Amino acid sequence: MDNQIKRGLLDVCVLAAIKNEDSYGYQIVKDMKPYVEISESTLYPILRRLEAAECLSVRSVEHNGRLRKYYHILPPGLERIRQFTADWREIESIYQFIMREGGEHE
Amino acid sequence: MNKEQFLLALYDALRGLPIEDVERSIAYYREMIDERVEDGMSEEEAVAALGSVEDIAAQILTDMPLRTLVHEKVTGGRKPPVWEIVLLILGAPLWFSLAVTALSLLFAFYIVLWAFALVPFAVTLSLAAAGVFGVSACVPMLVRAGFPQMLFSLGTGLVCIGLAVLMLYASIAAVRGMAKLSGQIWLWVKSLFVRKEAAR
Repeated sequence: MDNQIKRGLLDVCVLAAIKNEDSYGYQIVKDMKPYVEISESTLYPILRRLEAAECLSVRSVEHNGRLRKYYHILPPGLERIRQFTADWREIESIYQFIMREGGEHE
Repeated sequence: MNKEQFLLALYDALRGLPIEDVERSIAYYREMIDERVEDGMSEEEAVAALGSVEDIAAQILTDMPLRTLVHEKVTGGRKPPVWEIVLLILGAPLWFSLAVTALSLLFAFYIVLWAFALVPFAVTLSLAAAGVFGVSACVPMLVRAGFPQMLFSLGTGLVCIGLAVLMLYASIAAVRGMAKLSGQIWLWVKSLFVRKEAAR
């Protein structure tokens, strides 16, 4: 897939992974794995970017004698998800058009 | 490689970045290794699953704004002493012109690279023009010169058009390659600010 598109999609995926309850890095990777291939080193810059954009906040929680960072979604993050679902409807109708006009002749 | 070796190597690769960024990255990867170990992996397996230190460092570097890197490089995370500021100001006529020259040279070099990438396009365009001219010259050739001359004109015209089509692919590849090279040059410029620090 085009890298630019994938990058934007992964941002929204990560936000969706923490939407219903706060989650931590490894859990986010595991939750996303069945749907989209993502590694820890791909996730790291995404989390940094989303934190800088104030889409999420971070807090450290003690777990088994070490620190685990939990990520919590903020209103701008929810707005990003909402924006994406709205955009998606538009993309969907464009896709329908492409498939009807030329998709079958490949 | 075990956890501590991996984190030490990562620390080394990130030296020169602002210290809080280095520490955050180390903390993140430490957490990731711990999670995998808790999941039943051995330390070595967990480290291997993360990929190479170089790739990880390159990715962190790519996402770091150049401004942050320059700031860290120039101030080194400390306040410059007064005499350094005075020297900087007094030396401005010298270092400023040198810096402008260096930047202009780099910029010129970059433009030249793009010029190279655009040469195939110029060739494509002239081949296409020659081809169109050769083919369209057929009719006057037949009328004024004769059949063999017309055949010659048509043949060279078609060959030129064919070459132009092939060259178009080469041109597109050249521009794509240049765009990729641009990205790598940018990463290299960024890494200048980091590597020098690491060499100290």
